[in-house]
Amino acid sequence: MEMTNLLIWLLPVPPLLAFFIIVLFANRSNKASWMIGVGAAALSFLGSMVVFFQAVGAEHLGEHPFGSRLDWLPLNGAHFQIGLMVDPLSAIAIFFVAITVFMIFIYSVGYHNWGQPKGDDDIPGLPPHGATVVEHGHEHVVPSIEPMFARFFAFIGLFAFGMFTLVLADNLLLLFIGWEIMGLCSYLLIGFWYGKPSARAAMIKAFITTRVGDVFMLLGIALLYTSTGTLSFRAILFDEQVLQALASTDSGFFGLSVAGLTGILLFIGTIGKSAQFPLHVWLPDAMEGPTPVSAMIHAAAMVSAGVYMVIRMFPLMAAGMEHGHLTPPMYAMALIGSVTALFAATIALAQNDVKRVLAYSTISQLGYMVAALGIGAYVAATFHLVTHAFFKALLFLGSGSVIHGMEHGVLHTGDHHVDPQNMYNMGGLKDKMPRTFWTFLIGGFALSGFPVVTAGFWSKDEILADAWAHSQFVFWVLAIAAFLTAFYTMRQITLTFLGKPRTKEAEHAHETNLWMTGPLMVLAVLAIGFGWVGIPESFPGLGNYSNNWLHHFLGHGLPEWLYTEALEFSWFPLIASLVVALGGLGLGYAVYKDVPSAEEDPLKKVLGGFHTWLENKYYFDEAYDFLFIQPAKWFSEKVVFQLMDRKLIDGFLHLVARVTYWLGGIFRNYFDIPVVNRLIGDTLGGAVPQWFGKQLRKVQTGAIQTYMILAMVVAFGGLFVFMITMR
Amino acid sequence: MIPLSWYLILAALLFGIGLFGVLARKNVIAILLGIELMLNAVNINLLAFWRYLTPGDVTAQIFTVMVFVVAAAEVAVGLALVISVWRKRDTAYADELDMLKW
Amino acid sequence: MEPIQIVFLIGAALVLGSAVMVVTRRNLIHAALFLILTLSGVAMIFVLLEAFYWAVIQVVVYIGAIAILIIMAIMVTRNVTGDTVKPFNNMAVWAAMLSVVASGSLIWALSYWPAFDQTAPVADTGEYVIRLLGLELFSAEGYLIPTMIASVLLLAALIAAIKSAFPISQEEE
Repeated sequence: MEMTNLLIWLLPVPPLLAFFIIVLFANRSNKASWMIGVGAAALSFLGSMVVFFQAVGAEHLGEHPFGSRLDWLPLNGAHFQIGLMVDPLSAIAIFFVAITVFMIFIYSVGYHNWGQPKGDDDIPGLPPHGATVVEHGHEHVVPSIEPMFARFFAFIGLFAFGMFTLVLADNLLLLFIGWEIMGLCSYLLIGFWYGKPSARAAMIKAFITTRVGDVFMLLGIALLYTSTGTLSFRAILFDEQVLQALASTDSGFFGLSVAGLTGILLFIGTIGKSAQFPLHVWLPDAMEGPTPVSAMIHAAAMVSAGVYMVIRMFPLMAAGMEHGHLTPPMYAMALIGSVTALFAATIALAQNDVKRVLAYSTISQLGYMVAALGIGAYVAATFHLVTHAFFKALLFLGSGSVIHGMEHGVLHTGDHHVDPQNMYNMGGLKDKMPRTFWTFLIGGFALSGFPVVTAGFWSKDEILADAWAHSQFVFWVLAIAAFLTAFYTMRQITLTFLGKPRTKEAEHAHETNLWMTGPLMVLAVLAIGFGWVGIPESFPGLGNYSNNWLHHFLGHGLPEWLYTEALEFSWFPLIASLVVALGGLGLGYAVYKDVPSAEEDPLKKVLGGFHTWLENKYYFDEAYDFLFIQPAKWFSEKVVFQLMDRKLIDGFLHLVARVTYWLGGIFRNYFDIPVVNRLIGDTLGGAVPQWFGKQLRKVQTGAIQTYMILAMVVAFGGLFVFMITMR
Repeated sequence: MIPLSWYLILAALLFGIGLFGVLARKNVIAILLGIELMLNAVNINLLAFWRYLTPGDVTAQIFTVMVFVVAAAEVAVGLALVISVWRKRDTAYADELDMLKW
Repeated sequence: MEPIQIVFLIGAALVLGSAVMVVTRRNLIHAALFLILTLSGVAMIFVLLEAFYWAVIQVVVYIGAIAILIIMAIMVTRNVTGDTVKPFNNMAVWAAMLSVVASGSLIWALSYWPAFDQTAPVADTGEYVIRLLGLELFSAEGYLIPTMIASVLLLAALIAAIKSAFPISQEEE
């Protein structure tokens, strides 16, 4: 027990150390960098597994979680304590985080072309362009190593540290610290190839968009702290009296209780971080980063963190829930989650970039989890979070492998105008890249919820079953989204891997090395196997062999008043999920099995003008540009610059000038010329001021010491007068 | 026994000498040296007040800490500015840096 | 005259004499070396004040770091140490008068203060004070926030120093 508590503190440390070691010492050596990075991930992985299995074996983990706390920030009279904690939820979370992070680290070694020669004219800040090597007397182009190889491992090390901190935190403040570290790292990594203007734009967009959510989240944290005096999860979420008090105090905002307002503010943080509607716009652009980063952001860390946070805060969100009556934050989650799930799935239908399809599917799946949590399906949401992390990491890494294979083809033909990410340039990669194909297929089927064998089926089925029991609206929206998911997944697989190669590059695509395919295979095993821990006991046939371990394990991590038994089995949602999964997959294959080019996409004919909307993502970027950016520009140009600066401030100055000028004119005409010049005469009138000016001008020497002497004279003169008068 | 006045007179004289250095020297680094003298005079005063008036309380010493911090920061930034100015204008004389005149 | 008073007078003479040398020496290196002498004298005064901790800090921080830094800077800008140019600007007379007025009026003003001729009370000035100082500096009830602000100031000064002393690159010009 003592050992475990200590080990928990050590889990986040290796990636952080790796970051510092690489940044400070190892950055000159690519080899040392990746060995330190991957070694750190391996250490964290091993430690996490030890902690996880101890947590699984522990009795009553929900009531007595592992962990310890330290005095941190001295506040008046007491200390703000921080600590790490492993309860069932964080145990599950470190399980998937550690595995996916470790796999992504290994994959990155291959993805950044470790072992390849230096590029001919690669420059830091741009992706590698390939190197010419001479072999057997004739030259050919091979992929070249990433110019900023070491930097990459430093950044993702820090990223992993942020995620470990976040999932192990036992209070909101520490969670928020991990949250912001990841925000910074995603900024750095999305803009990793900062030579590309699009990457620069994407990094800023991601940072600013998530910041919008973070501000509200920070407000929520502050509100929670002022109303309870603590931020510890145990002290807030597991104390029924505190929750009751929060739920019954009026916050003064729209009739919400304090618990409701806090819940909604925290949820806005999740909207930003987990890219929910309407702050989803940053996530697809985040594809500008290298593919392991996309996997990191979309599966292992960043967006999972947002969902993890609301799952963690679920008792607060649900505080004041009367029997079956949803609380305002839950309403918000159910609504936004289901809308996001459907809306992102429709956009994914019309994307041609292999990574963009996955990006929108991530948004859609996150919407699933949020919606599930909104209707109170705590276990189902967590289950889907984990399975999604596995299969989405698998899909992203797989797509990276595909892109790499395609780049191989591009280097072979030398035609750099071919976009290696466009699915319409692919086709027939099944035979060229068999390992990638089979693992991608498993991931894709898990995403679409292919019945019984894949993990995605079990988690999605559980969400749908819960939705059927609690909210018809959510159920139908999610069911349609699931159908679309299966459809666009099969479209992607068909366009990418099946059929005939559409370009020369695809013909020359090449399977990637074991650094990349190895992690794919491990993740593929998990994308299938992890579903088995959550098979409902009441499932016909299979249920007899299952004890629904996940439900009991996770469910007991909740406070008693929230724990619900697993749902009774009902046929309708099962049939629905079978129909949408198989129907979507079948239809997707049938429609796309021999589509030659993007122009002849059959969806275009069916959807007509709507397809253009989808292709342009409902014009959200344009709308935001119109709604926020243009007004801001207009405001600064017209109001601040032209009105305030030019008209008001300058106008005032000009007015002063004019009045002075006018006064000067009056003086000149009615005093100077008739009185002074007549009476005193030009010589005296001119010479006296000139003499004074000449004398005074000496004071303004520009030399600092003169001014100091003058200041001192005034100061001591003042002191002198003061002393005299005080006497 | 030494009365408090001795320390205060010493500090006042040291302050005056430092002030003269600041006001009269041409070289910017020499001006910085004068400032150091003045800060030391302040420290003597603070510690003398502490010893003679409030020996059980450390508030005066806290102020001494702050004076040290300010001195360190001032020397670091000041010297960096001297070097920077010297590079740009090829001079380190305060009375030649007079672009603000007239 | 008690022995301790003689010690004080020697210390004071050292401080004032070397301080005068600091502000009058033409050669800046000499001036800086006299500054070290002045700072040592001040450390001696601190010992007489039973502020032993500050005497040590004076030696370590002022003499060990600040004075050395100044000497380094003088050496970097060596060709402007100016052995040939006269050290004072043309307002030196005014400055001298002002300094005399400043010192004089300070002493004069303080001399009306009732505690001016007070002698030191008996007090524990040993380890207890240093312990209290440490506690006060780093406790939230005491001076934690000023300490933090001071540390931020030092960091800012460090960055500013690096930035302004860095050679201006060709592109920026």
